[in-house]
Amino acid sequence: MEFEQLYQEIILDHYKHPHGRGLREPFAGEAHHVNPTCGDEVTIRVNAEGDVLRDISYDGMGCSISQASASVLHELLRGQQAGHAFEIVDGFVELMGGRGQVTPDEELLGDGIAFAGVARYPARVKCALLPWMAFKDAAVRAGVAGSTESGSEVKA
Amino acid sequence: MTTITIPEGMPQYGDVPRLDVEKVRADFPILGREVNGHPMVYLDSGNTSQKPRQVIDAMREHYEHHNANVARSVHQVGTEATEAYEGARAKVARFVNAARPEEIVFTKNATEAINLVAYAISNSPAGSRLAFGPGDEIVISEMEHHSNIVPWQLLCERTGATLRWFRVTDAGRLDLESLDEVVNERTRLVSYALVSNVLGTINPTSAITARAREVGALVLLDASQAAPHIPVDVADLDADFLAFTGHKMCGPTGIGVLWGRYELLERMPPVLGGGSMIETVTMERSTFAAPPARFEAGTPPIAEAVGLGAAVDYLTGIGMEAIRWHEKELAAYALDALATVPGLRVFGPTTPVGRGGTISFGLDGIHPHDVGQILDSLGVEVRVGHHCARPLCVRYGVPAMTRASFYLYTTTGEVDALVRGLDQVRKVFG
Repeated sequence: MEFEQLYQEIILDHYKHPHGRGLREPFAGEAHHVNPTCGDEVTIRVNAEGDVLRDISYDGMGCSISQASASVLHELLRGQQAGHAFEIVDGFVELMGGRGQVTPDEELLGDGIAFAGVARYPARVKCALLPWMAFKDAAVRAGVAGSTESGSEVKA
Repeated sequence: MTTITIPEGMPQYGDVPRLDVEKVRADFPILGREVNGHPMVYLDSGNTSQKPRQVIDAMREHYEHHNANVARSVHQVGTEATEAYEGARAKVARFVNAARPEEIVFTKNATEAINLVAYAISNSPAGSRLAFGPGDEIVISEMEHHSNIVPWQLLCERTGATLRWFRVTDAGRLDLESLDEVVNERTRLVSYALVSNVLGTINPTSAITARAREVGALVLLDASQAAPHIPVDVADLDADFLAFTGHKMCGPTGIGVLWGRYELLERMPPVLGGGSMIETVTMERSTFAAPPARFEAGTPPIAEAVGLGAAVDYLTGIGMEAIRWHEKELAAYALDALATVPGLRVFGPTTPVGRGGTISFGLDGIHPHDVGQILDSLGVEVRVGHHCARPLCVRYGVPAMTRASFYLYTTTGEVDALVRGLDQVRKVFG
């Protein structure tokens, strides 16, 4: 079935059993992003100690892709050095922008590789990227150094 | 069971005009295609309708044999193009029973038609009958498409007028209990949808129009979801303006219609300036043509008008009463069928009375995007999201809805495919 490319078991699993969901204190930066075309929302909080992302907490409302993506983001980035975290973010963004032509690096992206199929559905790429763009903004507000790209494409 | 005989003199069931849906489908080339390996089940006509061969052919014929600019050419081809363009205007006028073709203004779409009225109001000199200001009120409803909300919000910002609205009941009807309070002596304009693009509700008109007349307010009806589906008669509706769009009624994209009472159009200042809308131009100032030309600056959508004229001919040939009845039967069938899906909630009227063939629903905690994606994998094309009516979604406490919208070519078999698809959705996400 076609949709199985999109809805990998890993994605459905993260959707039905999200990891680390819920907004937690303390946090140094928070960002709330909305996808205006469908109303999906996500709030991400970043708590950093020096260069380490101690906690990334989130809450949101939306489709399986956007919410599973937030769960995967939490898994991948929590506890990471900021520099490595942004490598993961860049890898995920590159994968999603690849229209299915980018071979994902499992070492780097872990469960994130399950989203490779999503990249082939242009209408759903924004869903997958929503929490990642919110994370970038939250990280900037938390004073965590990283990539300077803005998340403007999500708001487009 | 007792059978009730309808008394003679009352409309009889057998008198209802019918259409042959298979014959209709044969006119729409796209309905033969597949999507993701399945026969396409197109349930997104509220978004845009499919086009019959008659419309496609009329536009091709125009470009192949009669293409020229309109209203300015003395040559033969230009005359043919002008006749085709003005002929389309006359067809549209007859379709909505306008008093004269000059009451039909061609626009880009319904959004532009509504904006045209809003900008003509704010372009009106202070003190004139159409000028709005602080203390004046504009009334809309909570079930409007964004295109009938935002232009009025912007007009209020430009003029200092206040925006008010009718609320929507749980059953998906306009709440008119406070009609006399919401529409009052401060009200200058009432603008609402004849048929809701989300709930399918067919809204009442006479009580609202009567109240608007009483307080001297203008009435604009957004007929985008009405003109394609039910007979629309502007004389009968007793409105002042009517807006609709071509592409939802078997016509092409890029053309919409503003109908207005001629005496109102005559009083409205221009909105866009340019060619074709002038009387005389000097380097200092210009005078303007009479409506409808006054509101059609620049080269208009000529081939699109021809296409819309063909669409109107096509719909008239099938019969708007037959289309209304077909969709009513489909709505009745679909409401029953959807009621069998566990966890499904219909937003809007759940009986096929005072509603058209557009049904929005939610499925038990499963996001509409996911519903739409699984349905698409089975060839079933529905719309998901907030349907450009975010306040209405907020009213029902949901971020988004799934919408199936029917048209003259929709079959009960396609409704069955939707219901089967929803079972699949529940298997994946259940």
